[in-house]
Amino acid sequence: MQIYLPIAEVSVNAFLLLGLGGMVGILSGMFGVGGGFLMTPLLFFIGIPPAVAVATEANQIVASSFSGVLAHFRRKTVDLRMGTVLLTGGLVGAALGVVVFNYLKSQGQVDLLVRLCYVVFLGVIGSLMFVESLNAIRKSRKNAGPPTRKKHNWIHGLPLKMRFRVSGLYISVIPPLMVGVLVGILSAIMGVGGGFIMVPAMIYLLGMPTKVVVGTSLFQIIFVTGFTTLLHATTNYTVDIALAVLLLVGGVIGAQIGTRLGTYLKAEQLRILLALLVILVCAKLALDLLLEPSELFSIGAAGGH
Amino acid sequence: MKRLLLSLLLMIAMPVVAEEVVLGLSQDQVAITADFDGSEILLFGAVKRESPILQDPPLEVVIAVSGPSGPLTVRRKERKFGIWVNTDAVEIDQAPSFYAVATSAPFNQAMSNVEDQRHSVSIPRAIRSVGAPMGIEDAQSFSEAVIRIRTDEGAYQVLENTVSVDEQTLFRTSIKMPANLTEGDYPTRIFLTRGGKVISNYETVINVNKVGLERWLFDMSRNQPLMYGLMSLAIAIAAGWLASAAFQVLQRR
Repeated sequence: MQIYLPIAEVSVNAFLLLGLGGMVGILSGMFGVGGGFLMTPLLFFIGIPPAVAVATEANQIVASSFSGVLAHFRRKTVDLRMGTVLLTGGLVGAALGVVVFNYLKSQGQVDLLVRLCYVVFLGVIGSLMFVESLNAIRKSRKNAGPPTRKKHNWIHGLPLKMRFRVSGLYISVIPPLMVGVLVGILSAIMGVGGGFIMVPAMIYLLGMPTKVVVGTSLFQIIFVTGFTTLLHATTNYTVDIALAVLLLVGGVIGAQIGTRLGTYLKAEQLRILLALLVILVCAKLALDLLLEPSELFSIGAAGGH
Repeated sequence: MKRLLLSLLLMIAMPVVAEEVVLGLSQDQVAITADFDGSEILLFGAVKRESPILQDPPLEVVIAVSGPSGPLTVRRKERKFGIWVNTDAVEIDQAPSFYAVATSAPFNQAMSNVEDQRHSVSIPRAIRSVGAPMGIEDAQSFSEAVIRIRTDEGAYQVLENTVSVDEQTLFRTSIKMPANLTEGDYPTRIFLTRGGKVISNYETVINVNKVGLERWLFDMSRNQPLMYGLMSLAIAIAAGWLASAAFQVLQRR
């Protein structure tokens, strides 16, 4: 069934969009990533104009994250306190990120920078997570006991300590705030919710348990992407509501399935799957940069350079 | 005075072919609805004339349908430090979003180069680009790229020998408009030619418009962007909650 999208001004198959939404929704529920880093290239591929794809994707992530976070709330795996701290940092970071983005835009070559950012971050995070989870799996096979991860390092020496009961942490608010700011900057530059950076940061830098990480990440993604949607709708007029509805119907159902699938998997397995996914997307983007494209020319909107 | 006389003489000497187009369209409105999946427009017409039909050179018909035009930026990738990056960019001043030329004979035969230049009928003539930035020598290849890319997408069509002409009087053709059509006025021109020279032309406009829900959503996104954004968010939140609630009910059973 073909459907004409009013803002994107293209006609696409409705079932294809439902399917794409569902697939990305499953990933989102399972791993706590918004799925923007996956969906946006897919939308480009089926012919949605990039500006519309990026803006509409933000709207769809709001829906699937909200659907996912409700399931996590019910299981009490959302650390609201940590989420709020991260969000505060995130909003500050996003504002900084927009400044950085505009500066780079004035220097030209912002497209390339975004792509390189993707390749570098996805590559580094993906491979680090992959190695770490492989080790964790090996360790748990050897001595069956749960790995002890409660180490005391410099982080525990910082002031302004706060108790995060759900995560079982008693740490200073400075590291989560810093993580929030950093992810905010990156997500503003790269145009994504930032889940795929936030999740590893929470696990490895803050030492939060994987089960809590997913729900907490979703919680803060809702606000970041909700803000982005409004910004795009009011400044660029690029949110396509018809496209968003089709994607999010698939997305919210997928997210529900995803959160349930997530409970069947062990934390290490969950992490290794996410790592593989991240590496895959990274490889695809790197190949695009390295291989000679079949069409050297591209048509863009007027005005930009 | 001498020149005027000469031209008067010439006019009398030349056969006066007063041939005119009478056009019909299967539709002069294309309504873009939610399930719009492209449209086929039938163009047909007759040649009105007072004198007997001239046999040689034969009558040919050229029909050009153009979409709304706008400026574009075309970028070219080049290999730098091992990776492919956009380097040169050229602004194209005017390029139609859709363009179809249908002819009753091979294009060069139906219309001479001079006439093409005067009326801007063929695709390369329909794209206007003045002045590439300094340092780009092959600006031509940028407009060629626009034609190549859009032809691959089906947005630009050259339909030679697709206009059928009966008895040098009746002609008809159909033009397929793709599903990803841009809204606006589509100027449609019909040329009658003999021996490559245009002897008559006719212009009309096909209107492409979003209607119904498409119209409403588009207008809202432009006129009340904040409301539109909030509505999108409300839908997203509601859908997220609904799915969560539905799955909870399903799981309890």
